[in-house]
Amino acid sequence: MEKLGKQTIKFNNPPTITATASIVGPKESQGPLAKYFDQTLDDEFWGEKTWEKAESKIIKETVNTVVTKSGISSNEIDCLFAGDLLNQCISSSFGLREVGVPFFGVFGACSTFVESMSLGAIAIEGFAENVVCATSSHFCSAEKQFRFPLELGNQRPQTSQWTVTGAGAVVLSKNGSGPFITHITPGKIVDMGIKDANNMGAAMAPAFVDTLITHFLDTGRNPSYYDAIISGDLGHVGKEIAIDLAKTQGYNIKSNYNDCGVLIFDKNSQDTHSGGSGCACCGTVFSGYLFKQLQEKKYKKILLIATGALTNSTTSQQGESIPGIAHAISIEL
Amino acid sequence: MTNPLETKQTYQNYVDQKSPNSPILKNCFWAFIIGGIICTIGQIILNICKERGLDTQTSGTIVSIILIGLAAFLTGLNLFNKLGKIAGAGSLIPITGFANSIVSPAMEYKSEGYVMGVGGKMFTVAGPVLVFGISASILVGIIYLIFNTQAITLV
Repeated sequence: MEKLGKQTIKFNNPPTITATASIVGPKESQGPLAKYFDQTLDDEFWGEKTWEKAESKIIKETVNTVVTKSGISSNEIDCLFAGDLLNQCISSSFGLREVGVPFFGVFGACSTFVESMSLGAIAIEGFAENVVCATSSHFCSAEKQFRFPLELGNQRPQTSQWTVTGAGAVVLSKNGSGPFITHITPGKIVDMGIKDANNMGAAMAPAFVDTLITHFLDTGRNPSYYDAIISGDLGHVGKEIAIDLAKTQGYNIKSNYNDCGVLIFDKNSQDTHSGGSGCACCGTVFSGYLFKQLQEKKYKKILLIATGALTNSTTSQQGESIPGIAHAISIEL
Repeated sequence: MTNPLETKQTYQNYVDQKSPNSPILKNCFWAFIIGGIICTIGQIILNICKERGLDTQTSGTIVSIILIGLAAFLTGLNLFNKLGKIAGAGSLIPITGFANSIVSPAMEYKSEGYVMGVGGKMFTVAGPVLVFGISASILVGIIYLIFNTQAITLV
């Protein structure tokens, strides 16, 4: 493990992504990526009494699935990194309380998936043989915590995004034959003063561009080095802004850049406005769709940059702006 | 192109220009149609009541009761939010919107129990409307009393 430039860490013995798993809710099951997920749910409750319990069950079952798929017994998992959007990350801690593996709770808003994977990769380079990194979000529990009751008859602005219901999880191992996590670029908090909680894409895009360009400067790479550059949940609005911002700083990412929030829903038929968001947006799209592309060697080098809006409902009501963050990992075969 | 990230103000201006607006004409159209239908239903109920021999004030109360009941029922069936998505202000401004704003948090927070959940959170959306509505009516009442001395003699 060595540091490159300002913020990037290069792994000398890159950890392998041994297995991934994803479970998604009903709306995601009707989206264009449905066939890539391990399990699709018919209803938001999944037999539970509350949405919070349902979200805990989703992350629990996703972690069980990924451990089974990896073929590693749960005694051989050294630690677990997980987080979500609900207050004090209860989906992860409640869902994973019976796993019996050392647990690190991680909060990076919607950037949690890549943040967990970054920390997991560092743990592998340090002491661990195998780690699990997981994240979840749930449309209903997120709406309840951050916005209005679901049954309220209000209209959503065009810039608003749809929280993905689901969970994504990966097993990282010291020994393996790839895909490898070769670099991580943890991001700085960037706040360009956007206050509109219904326009998270615009609030997070500057953080995305900051991490992206820092990654290129630190590694000496350029956008064409990667088969795909994928952001976590900038959505349609944020994606356009990100392309523009990168261009003004001399980086053309238009041809190989996309966003998980754009990929997971069909904007026209699913009425999701600016696209998907939430921890599970990046988590499920990577664990389902992108990992499959790596396995089939359609993509050989991916730069995954999960974006997060570090805000809560109190700060929005107090008129504070929304600090953004973006963490990058470079995944190569 | 200049760099939008130069200052917070330039970025805000850039974002405003980049963000799609709500379809105002379409929203106004549907608000007018559905809001109009709701009010027409109210008028029909009023006419029926009056025809059956009730006075205007009692008939008005019955209209409110029926529309509130209907909106609460549709909220419970998870249909009112679908109507509200199309109608916007058309279903929000009539008394139906008020009923929906009380029933929806009551349903949402039922999982936290009847006292702290349903009871405590029922007015989270409608609370401001009640507080400022009642405050405004008190203010208007005081002004009316001051400027209309006749009212005092009437009282």
